[in-house]
Amino acid sequence: MTLLHFEIVGAALFCLGLYGVLSRRSGVIILMSIEVMLNAVNLNLVAFAAFRPYGQSNLMQTSNTAGETVLAFVQAPDGLIITIFVITIAAAEIALAMAIILRLFRSRGSVHVDEISEMRG
Amino acid sequence: MSLLVFYIISAIALAAATGVVVSRNVVHSAIFLLITLGSIAAFFVVLHSEFLALVQILIYGGAVVIVILFALMLTRQGEFQETAEHARWPGAAFVSSALFILLVSVFVADAPKFGSASEINGVRIEVLAKTLFEDWAVPFEVASIVLLVALIGAILIARNERESDQS
Repeated sequence: MTLLHFEIVGAALFCLGLYGVLSRRSGVIILMSIEVMLNAVNLNLVAFAAFRPYGQSNLMQTSNTAGETVLAFVQAPDGLIITIFVITIAAAEIALAMAIILRLFRSRGSVHVDEISEMRG
Repeated sequence: MSLLVFYIISAIALAAATGVVVSRNVVHSAIFLLITLGSIAAFFVVLHSEFLALVQILIYGGAVVIVILFALMLTRQGEFQETAEHARWPGAAFVSSALFILLVSVFVADAPKFGSASEINGVRIEVLAKTLFEDWAVPFEVASIVLLVALIGAILIARNERESDQS
């Protein structure tokens, strides 16, 4: 089990999501496909963070099991933090997008994105 | 052993993701999405990121899928059936498989650069918290503002105008 395994699964999930975004007409399913794509990105981020080797920059003040503050090598958590932000933005995005879809459905009785063309130039 | 677990989880994730994008019934798509998100959480556990696995299940499984199901119920059309759905599938399949081949070839070409490290180093939750609230404090606060704005915006957009005119 190496980084490459996770990269390939992430790429496959991303491309499946892209297929959904491009081929479906229902706005709700397009949003679900976008969620799949975001999760593929998250998987890649976490895998890169987990397989990152220790380096000098990973020296950090931390406390050991006895509660004393010591300087130790830790795994850099930046990849996980970016993942947390991606999840946050995805939650905000899904709430707004669902509100927009609800509004569209009320005003024209359909959630199919190809029937909404008022803003086409 | 762990490789076997990895293959099982990836098979579930990819099958469920395929179900999301090709299923004719939207509710089935939502259930498949839930399975996909759960298997991503299982990947996080394999990668020793238990905290993110819990966040994934709580926010995606608990909140996002529920919001999607609510939206499906509120925008109900007939029996959730969709006709003439996959009209554009050849182009979409071409673009996404081309992107997949490109990504895989780049990853395989880059694989020696990252070494064949098979050791997974888990991030300790204490280190994660410290970094999030010290080095990433400003983005953290900005994210809270983004959430607040999205919340207010969602309420304003989804509000029923006729009801609000009467009040």
